Order: sequence, then C-alpha cells, then structure tokens
Amino acid sequence: MSEMMRVENIAKSFTLHVQQGAVIPVFKNINMTMNAGDCIALTGASGAGKSTFMRMVYANYVCHEGNIFVRHLNDWVDMVHAEPHTILNVRRHTLGYVSQFLRVIPRVSTLDVVMEPMKIFGIAAEEAQVKAEGLLARLNIPPALWSLSPLTFSGGEQQRVNIARGFATEYPIMLLDEPTASLDAENKAIVLDLITEAKDRGTAILGIFHDAAARDAICTSEFDISQYRVASDA
Amino acid sequence: MTPQDPLLTVRDIAVHYGDRVGCEQVSFDLFPGEVLGIVGESGSGKSTLLNAVSGQLLPSAGSIHYNTRLSDVREIYEMSEPERRFLMRTDWAFVHQNPRDGLRMGVSAGANIGERLMGVGWRHYGEIRGTAASWLGKVEIADDRMDDTPSTFSGGMQQRLQIARNLVSGPRLVFMDEPTGGLDVSVQARLLDLLRGLVADLNLSVVIVTHDLAVARLLSHRLMVMQGGRVVESGLTDQVLDDPQHPYSQLLVSSILQV
Repeated sequence: MSEMMRVENIAKSFTLHVQQGAVIPVFKNINMTMNAGDCIALTGASGAGKSTFMRMVYANYVCHEGNIFVRHLNDWVDMVHAEPHTILNVRRHTLGYVSQFLRVIPRVSTLDVVMEPMKIFGIAAEEAQVKAEGLLARLNIPPALWSLSPLTFSGGEQQRVNIARGFATEYPIMLLDEPTASLDAENKAIVLDLITEAKDRGTAILGIFHDAAARDAICTSEFDISQYRVASDA
Repeated sequence: MTPQDPLLTVRDIAVHYGDRVGCEQVSFDLFPGEVLGIVGESGSGKSTLLNAVSGQLLPSAGSIHYNTRLSDVREIYEMSEPERRFLMRTDWAFVHQNPRDGLRMGVSAGANIGERLMGVGWRHYGEIRGTAASWLGKVEIADDRMDDTPSTFSGGMQQRLQIARNLVSGPRLVFMDEPTGGLDVSVQARLLDLLRGLVADLNLSVVIVTHDLAVARLLSHRLMVMQGGRVVESGLTDQVLDDPQHPYSQLLVSSILQV
C-alpha cells in the first residue's frame, strides 16, 4: 500500500486577540497515516474539531507544531511549512476538498463553477464540459439550471454542485466535509457511489460522515479526533 | 525562466516621506500566474508600496528585481529611465482606482486601446482597430461605442475600458489599485468575474491593492496584511482570512459586516 499522507505530532490552538488574547488550545500530538484506497472516517462529537483538523490538513488553518506530509507528484510536501505557491500546487493537483458550503462568484454559471477546477488542472475545455455535464446529470441537477448561478439554488442542490465540482478532478487525496448532509436518500446513494468509485481508483479519502450507515458502507477505518483534544481551562 | 523562478522579487523596500514612514521592511516574491493581494486600512501604506514596486516611486531603501522576457533579472530602479518606461508600457500594466487616471478622456474608446498598441510598434490601422474591437468585446463594451469618448461612458464601462487598454499589449505583470473601488455592487461583481477570467486565461501575475476583503478573497491567491507601513501577516488568502494570526488581521476580519 502506498502511503499518501502522514500526520506527525500536530498541535493547534486559537489565540483570540480581539478577546483579550484568550488562548483556546485545541489539539496536541495528532499522529495518523493514510494510504491509497483508504477511506478514513473522522469521528468525534460535534465541536470535537473534525472540520478544524480537515482545514489544517488543507493548510486553511495554521498548525503550531508538527508536520503534515502529503505525497504530491512523487514528492513529499509538508503542508505546515510549505510556501503558499507550493500549497496551491498541491491543491490544484493532489489534494481536493469538498467543504460544506459552496462559495462562488455571483453571475458565474453552474457549469463554469464545476468546470473551473478541471481548467486549473489543465484539462481541455471540451473534455471538461463533457465531464461536468455528466456529473451534474448524474447528481440530478436538471440541464435547465446549468447556465444559472448556483447562488439561487436550494441547499441540497448547492451541495450537489459542490460535490460535482469536487469530484470533477481525480485528486489522489480527497477531504470530504459531510458530503451527504442535507441530501435525500436517492442523492445520498449517488454520492456514496462517487466516493466508492474514487476509493476503488486508489484515492485516499478522509471524510466526516454523520450518517452511521453511510460511514459503515464506505469507510475502511475510523479516526477519533476527540482523543487528541486538549481540554480548555478557560 | 522556469515556472519556479519568481517574476518579481522585492526585498526590504522602504519609502519615507521625510520623517514619515510610507512603508518599511517589505519583502515578497511574486510567481508567474500568481495574484497577490495587499489589504489594510487607509493609510497603512498599501498604495505607497504599490507605487514603489511598480516603478513609479523611488524607494528610500531596498531592491526590486524583475525577471524580463529575455530571462535576465534586472533591478528596476537601476535601469535607465527609457528602459523602465518601455517595460512599463509593454510588460507591465497599471489599473488605477479612478479610470480618469488611466484613460485619455478626450479621445475615443478605440483610440484609448490603440494607443497602447502603437506604443509597442503597431502601425497598421485596420489591425489596430480590429484588435481594439475585439478587446472591447472581451470587456463587454458594445462595438458601436468604439468611436465615443470615455467621458460618455458610465463608471463601470470606463473601468472596463481602462482594463482593456492595459491588457491589450499582452503584459505579464499587472498592478491594480482598488480596481473595483468606486463601483456599485452589481457592476463590481461583473468586473470581478471578468478580471478573474482574464487573469486565468492570460496567466497574468497581479499585485492588487484593496481594502475590500471579499474582493481579495475572490481574486488573490496570497495576501499581505499591512498596518502602519509594515506587513504584519502574509500567507495563503484563505488561511489569512479564515485563521488570521496577527491581532490586526483578526480585527480586520472580524470587522466585516455580514450581509
């Protein structure tokens, strides 16, 4: 099994300067590894820091100790210490992240939103369009909506657009923050199929799944983040 | 030049206005295709820094090296004045907050675009006019407005014309000072969408000054937060906005009004 990600001795705290410099310790000593084809479920109660940890892996949040090594084009990149342009390269080619919320520019069509990461990845426009249309159709977004901005869509539709965008590019490593929340049973099954297909291709997946049935169906192991949580004295 | 080499290397730039500090100890690298946002409140030194790195304001200290098309790295203030001027109208572009500062208000829209082309040696009238028309189309200005002067345009149209005038000569590095500043929200969204598309399609490197964090998030890959003339925090745009470390960055982010 080839190793795709290695988290070593990660610690994190938040310092709130606007609130008299209050320090909120969050984690210490997180260690984990992820191999190609793994689908690891991040578990822990609400507020345990699952999304925070995921954002740390994506270098969206700063880590104060430790290293997060990600295999990027046969090299190891430390997401904690890498330069911004290296991190952007890792995000373009290696590390995908499907957040809970879709953040888009007003006026940009749904099709363009889904095609954008493929264009950045370097996929030709025609091919990207075919793939985007296929994914949107598969996720039950009616073609009549493809030319509209997703900002006007319902929550579930927006989430499916977000998933189409995330799965359009075949990243070797994917972070999924509650990809099936707010979806009905039919669409949930489609998303679980997409995740299974990615896993079968050898994608290493770290996900947050509140739905126990979904978790049992697709995950190869669980990682309980609450054991690394530092109790706040405040 | 390999993609790993920075296009612009800025080291320890300082600008002093007499005893006052414009900016100090600013260093950064800008890579090809990268958009760097500079944020901070009025008076934090953003525009001073932008003017210094874009060759318009001689810094009191520090160096600015630019990787030219000929793959030699040159210090921009050690160039001769004509060399620097040539660079500024060919390889570089500057989009001002107020379109009146970047346009000739008395000549037609087509001539505003054509002038940049003539500056780089174009002489064929038909080609110049054709290219100007195609750029008007790219910035969503109808071609029947080509012979009108910008003074008859709305603010948003003027700003789009200024962008066309700047990009027509195929620059590699674009400096922008609050490009969406004076525009109303709907016009701003349209301009942002347009700018983002052009930056990606043309693989431009951009240094953009803005006080609007939403604009910074949409356009820039990397952010520098300035306060009192110094860079207090820099990093990936989403990291600086979602997990700011410096007290001033936290104050800035927490001051955004929710719509």
